[in-house]
Amino acid sequence: MDPLDLVGAEPGPARTILFDGRPVPALPGQTLAAALWADGVLAWRTTRTGGRPRGAFCGIGQCFDCLATVNGRPNQRLCLLPAEHGDAVTTQEGHGHGDLAV
Amino acid sequence: MLKRTSYDAVVVGAGVVGAACAYYAAKAGLRVAVVDRGPVAGGTTGAGEGNLLVSDKEPGPELDLALLSTTLWRDLAAEFGDRVEYEPKGGLVVATAPAGLDALHGFAAGQLAAGVDAVAVAADDLRELEPHLADGLPGGVLYPQDAQVQPALAAAHLLRASGADRYLGEAVTALRRGPGGAITGVVTERRELAAPAVVNAAGTWGGAVAELAGVRLPVLPRRGFVLVTEPLPRIVRRKVYAADYVADVASGSADLQSSAVVEGTPAGPVLIGASRERVGFDRTLSPEVLHRLAAQAAALFPVLRTVAVQRAYRGFRPYLPDHLPAIGRDARVPGLYQACGHEGAGIGLAPATGLLIARQLVGEKPEFDLSPFRPERFDEEE
Amino acid sequence: MATSRSEAGPIRYDLAVIGAGPAGLAAADAAAALGLRVALLDAGARLGGQYYRHPAPELGAARPEKLHHGWRTFDRLRERLAAAPLVDHLPEHHVWAAERGEHWTLHATRGPERADRATVTARGLLLATGAYERQLPFPGWTLPGVVTAGGAQAMLKSGLVLPGRRIVVAGSGPLLLAVASSLAAAGARVPAIVEATGYLGYGRGLPVLAGNPAKLAEGAEHAARLLRHGVRLRRRAAVVEAHGTDRITAVTVARLDARWKPVPGSGRRIACDALAIGHGLVPQIDLAVELGAATVTTADGTAALRVDAQQRTSVPGLWAAGETCGVGGADLALAEGVLAAHSVAGKPAPARELTVRRRRRGFAALMAAAHAPGPDWTGWVTDDTDVCRCEEVPARAVREAVTELGAADARTVKLLTRAGMGWCQGRMCGPAVACLSGGPLGGPDSRPLSCPVPLAQLAEPDEPFVQ
Ligand SMILES: Cc1cc2nc3c(=O)[nH]c(=O)nc-3n(C[C@H](O)[C@H](O)[C@H](O)COP(=O)(O)OP(=O)(O)OC[C@H]3O[C@@H](n4cnc5c(N)ncnc54)[C@H](O)[C@@H]3O)c2cc1C
Ligand SMILES: Cc1cc2nc3c(=O)[nH]c(=O)nc-3n(C[C@H](O)[C@H](O)[C@H](O)COP(=O)(O)OP(=O)(O)OC[C@H]3O[C@@H](n4cnc5c(N)ncnc54)[C@H](O)[C@@H]3O)c2cc1C
Ligand code: FES
Repeated sequence: MDPLDLVGAEPGPARTILFDGRPVPALPGQTLAAALWADGVLAWRTTRTGGRPRGAFCGIGQCFDCLATVNGRPNQRLCLLPAEHGDAVTTQEGHGHGDLAV
Repeated sequence: MLKRTSYDAVVVGAGVVGAACAYYAAKAGLRVAVVDRGPVAGGTTGAGEGNLLVSDKEPGPELDLALLSTTLWRDLAAEFGDRVEYEPKGGLVVATAPAGLDALHGFAAGQLAAGVDAVAVAADDLRELEPHLADGLPGGVLYPQDAQVQPALAAAHLLRASGADRYLGEAVTALRRGPGGAITGVVTERRELAAPAVVNAAGTWGGAVAELAGVRLPVLPRRGFVLVTEPLPRIVRRKVYAADYVADVASGSADLQSSAVVEGTPAGPVLIGASRERVGFDRTLSPEVLHRLAAQAAALFPVLRTVAVQRAYRGFRPYLPDHLPAIGRDARVPGLYQACGHEGAGIGLAPATGLLIARQLVGEKPEFDLSPFRPERFDEEE
Repeated sequence: MATSRSEAGPIRYDLAVIGAGPAGLAAADAAAALGLRVALLDAGARLGGQYYRHPAPELGAARPEKLHHGWRTFDRLRERLAAAPLVDHLPEHHVWAAERGEHWTLHATRGPERADRATVTARGLLLATGAYERQLPFPGWTLPGVVTAGGAQAMLKSGLVLPGRRIVVAGSGPLLLAVASSLAAAGARVPAIVEATGYLGYGRGLPVLAGNPAKLAEGAEHAARLLRHGVRLRRRAAVVEAHGTDRITAVTVARLDARWKPVPGSGRRIACDALAIGHGLVPQIDLAVELGAATVTTADGTAALRVDAQQRTSVPGLWAAGETCGVGGADLALAEGVLAAHSVAGKPAPARELTVRRRRRGFAALMAAAHAPGPDWTGWVTDDTDVCRCEEVPARAVREAVTELGAADARTVKLLTRAGMGWCQGRMCGPAVACLSGGPLGGPDSRPLSCPVPLAQLAEPDEPFVQ
């Protein structure tokens, strides 16, 4: 049994997103976080101070642990963003705005 | 049964001003207690920014006090190190129109004469100081003495270092007076503390504490909002604001004034501050104020348009009608010392206030002229 | 001073409902039936809130009801709302502030772009913003693979995914059973449900549930499913540590005494590749707190909005329904939504919903009391445990702020340590910081902005002195 079997899901063909450059399949209607979980990926950022890995925690947009850089824009909550074909997710380091430092 | 303990001085208020009073009084050898109805920094100190400014002050008694404080903060920073997030980073005031630049230069010239370090910055050099500044600004003035601390940490560490006994979470409900009217102690919700001297460092609520001694001190609240961005790398090096801010600070108007004051913090977020309104203790969030602050900040630093605001907070500055704090022995009540009403500069002015109060407490005459800050000056007007 | 910069012109709606979960859906449906023009705003893209969270249509789920109770109720509501000309559903509108004037002006963000801002005006406002989970930190709780119980449920219901194959479910509260039951049904192995209180164990809890037949059926169904999957319920125990370096590989479960203090030497290791954990829910009431609405402290120590018999808060023109008034589940939320709509429309309350509310509120209070964290849970928080996930503030710093610096409440701890100052604004660490500070529990948190707002949107439309 898996979740798709349980609800008799018949999704359309998977899309492809890129996680740190690696293709990962995403079912239509899944969030980026769901697609990564389905691929066994649980972490997609490192913390600002300790450099520790983090991924989705609350699953509903409240904890902001699931932040990552998506298509160049940092601090996106992957548990909320629908996966679109070609989306590029990159592991975010810290605040994700390193390019702005002066 | 009320417990009774005696001290040389009781400080009412555990904000930054009360903490500084306790710190310097204890250093002068006094046995001190600090009483607050809330926790440390639970008043305006926990709702302010930590700018230690000389740049926004015109020549006069407040600037003199600020210059003294600037030196004292430097000494304190040496004692407390990173724990209070002291940053001697300087301030940059920019003009937003050519006419404004002339006015700014005129203002700075007066400050220079009063002992402030001020350096004119040409339009072309602004970006060297602040790479993310907007295009087309006509110029500015750099104030190397401006600095910053984290106010709550500053108050907490000053208080701890003072070694004063802390009575937190209990309000002062009465002041005890002796036969001649002199102060003999304070009554809190839980106990009585005997002391020949009481320092009123109750900030925005200083008027009510003065009233406990039967004297008038017309402290009023002046509301301010601050926006806090998401954590960022250092994108603003100094404290940067538009020259209009100085006019806002000095304004006696009750209406909303705001001008963007933008600064980075060691912790990451950029703070965008300092709207000023006199609306009593109305806590209502004003989207209009937030809008203005954001718009002005984005006009100074367009890069901020790419970040998120995480939080907003508000506080009520303790405000006296002539924009000067009340500092020193209150001639109307023997043993009562006033140390409140610092409006938007209490963090900056706290050490000088504490030091001067301590001098008076031990019976020394401060080397600084406190007469412009006389607590009884508002009675004299009438 | 102008206090609002919303669009001029007529007020669009009689009622704005924030939150399209059970409470908001029922309210919008009832209000429209009573002739009101309704805006139904939600931060999310689809109707349903937490309880009715469901897969996107593109996932082609033929049997979404397998992960839900009461799916038919939702289907009917959804159909009626789609056909209701008086209701505008405004999805992906996260309301960051509600401004009160002669009418309500809601300020919402719709996305990251400068243009993604919206304001909505309405005469009445109903807050149906639900709840989020309460977390009590423990060593290792920031490891990837540790997720909230509701989060595991939400990701499963919407994305049809699991965080692992072997998932320990832990914490406290009735949600754990629902979550474990879903996870097991979806193919995960659940080696244990670890419940901190000694309550029910579903067979023994029957008398408590007797007054609430629907709850009973739901509970019995979960229990049967869990039995079928061989899931063990360990009561009076807690996960006191999660092990692993870059992701979780095991947990240590220890017995708790009556005050929730871990019993020394009672720790047992359980291998797992995920942990779903939560300690009940916290009402999401920031918007109302900011407006000065009165709150009550619930039996499990959280702050909820105080409402009268008509679901009116203490703020004129502001109603509340569902978890915002105290956590009580979907049926209660549905009933309160209907009651609020009748009050807004000035119509007498329907008897059926009054009965449901009375029963369910009573039940909710029982549950809350049963699952309130014991006072000594902080015994499992080592000094090195990061209490605040966002700002990585260890318990040591929080404890020092209290013992050394004079902090005695969550706000002061926050000012002195940054715990609660990060992206989530203390939603994940708030209850824990309040406990560790030794301050009062159950007071409302202050969040003037109920979510982050892109600065460009705040700055819109006019920017002074741009040459
Ligand atoms: C938005 C904003 C931004 C600001 N930015 C700056 C800045 O950048 N730089 C700067 O220098 N200043 C700034 N300020 C001003 C600064 O915060 C204040 O001047 C300063 O905090 C005042 O400190 P205080 O100790 O006098 O008062 P408070 O911190 O308010 O302390 C007074 C204490 O007295 C206690 N109290 C009152 N009544 C009683 C009683 N009866 N019994 C016991 N206790 C009592 C209160 O609980 C309180 O803790 C800002 C203020 C605001 C609102
Ligand atoms: C993560 C999670 C999972 C849960 N899973 C279950 C379960 O499986 N079974 C069960 O019985 N109970 C579950 N619950 C309990 C749930 O709270 C109730 O059963 C029920 O959903 C409550 O209904 P409601 O209408 O009060 O709130 P909710 O269903 O929570 O709906 C609130 C809605 O308001 C929206 N919202 C909140 N703030 C804003 C804002 N500022 N602007 C715009 N929109 C906003 C949210 O997006 C949400 O859709 C869960 C709770 C959580 C937190
Ligand atoms: S997982 Fe918590 S915000 Fe996305």
